[in-house]
Amino acid sequence: MPIPHVDAYRAAAPAAALIARIREAWSGPPVRIMEVCGTHTMAIARHGLRAPLAGAVKLISGPGCPVCVTPDGYIDAAVALASRAKITLATFGDMVRVPGSRGSLEQARAAGADVRIVYSPLDAVDLAAAEPDREVVFLGVGFETTAPTVAGAIVTARQRNTRNFSVLSSLRTIPGAMALLAADPAVRIDAFLCPANVSAIIGADAYRPLAERYLLPCVVGGFEPLDILSSVLMILRQKSRGEARVENEYARVATPGGNRRAQALLAEVFEPCDADWRGLGVLPASGLRIAGGYADFDAGRKLGIAVAATPVRSGCRCGDVLKGMIDPPGCPLFGAACTPATPVGPCMVSTEGACAAAFKYGSLA
Amino acid sequence: MCLAIPAQILTLEETRAVVSIGGVTREASVMLLDSAAVGDWVLLHAGFAIEKLDPDEAEKTLALIREMADADPAR
Ligand code: SF4
Ligand code: SF4
Repeated sequence: MPIPHVDAYRAAAPAAALIARIREAWSGPPVRIMEVCGTHTMAIARHGLRAPLAGAVKLISGPGCPVCVTPDGYIDAAVALASRAKITLATFGDMVRVPGSRGSLEQARAAGADVRIVYSPLDAVDLAAAEPDREVVFLGVGFETTAPTVAGAIVTARQRNTRNFSVLSSLRTIPGAMALLAADPAVRIDAFLCPANVSAIIGADAYRPLAERYLLPCVVGGFEPLDILSSVLMILRQKSRGEARVENEYARVATPGGNRRAQALLAEVFEPCDADWRGLGVLPASGLRIAGGYADFDAGRKLGIAVAATPVRSGCRCGDVLKGMIDPPGCPLFGAACTPATPVGPCMVSTEGACAAAFKYGSLA
Repeated sequence: MCLAIPAQILTLEETRAVVSIGGVTREASVMLLDSAAVGDWVLLHAGFAIEKLDPDEAEKTLALIREMADADPAR
């Protein structure tokens, strides 16, 4: 059975009509709309949605990719752990190619480290159960979409008494980063296209403080072309009426209150901590560290490894890209020293990274 | 990395489900859902169903989109 309605969300005729409505809805200077989700970034590039909206709307890619915002220090800690004896590092595929200040996990693996790519954090728990003489460390990277799956794996490991499993957490929560960007006059955002799947967990209401405090329209939108275009139109209609509220275009998945069970699990396993975002700096209470009750599953405490702050390497403008201060081609390394085959920064590694999307699909017009 | 994909539940045993993703089957956990039933459409991310996909809401949103596309801009 096909996925319900998905083709309808890709229909060309309503897309053309929505583009016309968007162009009619606004006559002022281009409205700067930031998306903070890598899947939006990729969809916008793949469906070529920027060019037809140019003039009315400027779509800016924000810190939407967990891989992109992970700082060098975390990669370095992961590489150091992987290089120890009797440790297996399990991670999502995107992470292995991200260069840290002392190379990537891929390079560590070539040098003999045991680095395995898993699809699910639960696979890492299974790996630990199958190899009881090794410590399996899962790299906990991601936003509110991924964090509950990591919490679920930790709870499962405890239930199954799998003691040689732990997580090095660099999990983060999105609304704090959005607030920082909203408050930064240099970034100049007029509205947010809020992340779809993060919102399935935290709920559309989570953006209300942002809309109210910074007077920014916030629309939770799905990933299909009609989702994105209708969300943009909703934003422009708010702007032209002088409104700033939360609207939910993605009601087929995201509810106002979100997934309470996932939220409860997050609150049980994690506690908020300050987190260092690549390009954005340390944002208070924007990270998730493993709570005391689950300390046995915290790789940092268990294995005595700390994530150090690392200076940004010269040349890479990922920080400015993540804040929407420059478009990817504005980085001097873009397409020259930095390509998907030879990434200098993470925004070129992840397929949903702004630089990779711009490289693959061309024009940002 | 945050890619979540729609999948349909084929079988269910406690929190362990087998889901179909466009004809390909795989195991998934439904521990993050309050309730789940065979036949439900879910959004699958990293081996977990993170939320259900509501076909009625999908239809309502489409109707709203078509309305917006047809709307008189001068209203
Ligand atoms: S780039 Fe990767 S990590 Fe970032 S949002 Fe996309 S899929 Fe997730
Ligand atoms: S082009 Fe490469 S170095 Fe420049 S910002 Fe993008 S990822 Fe970073």
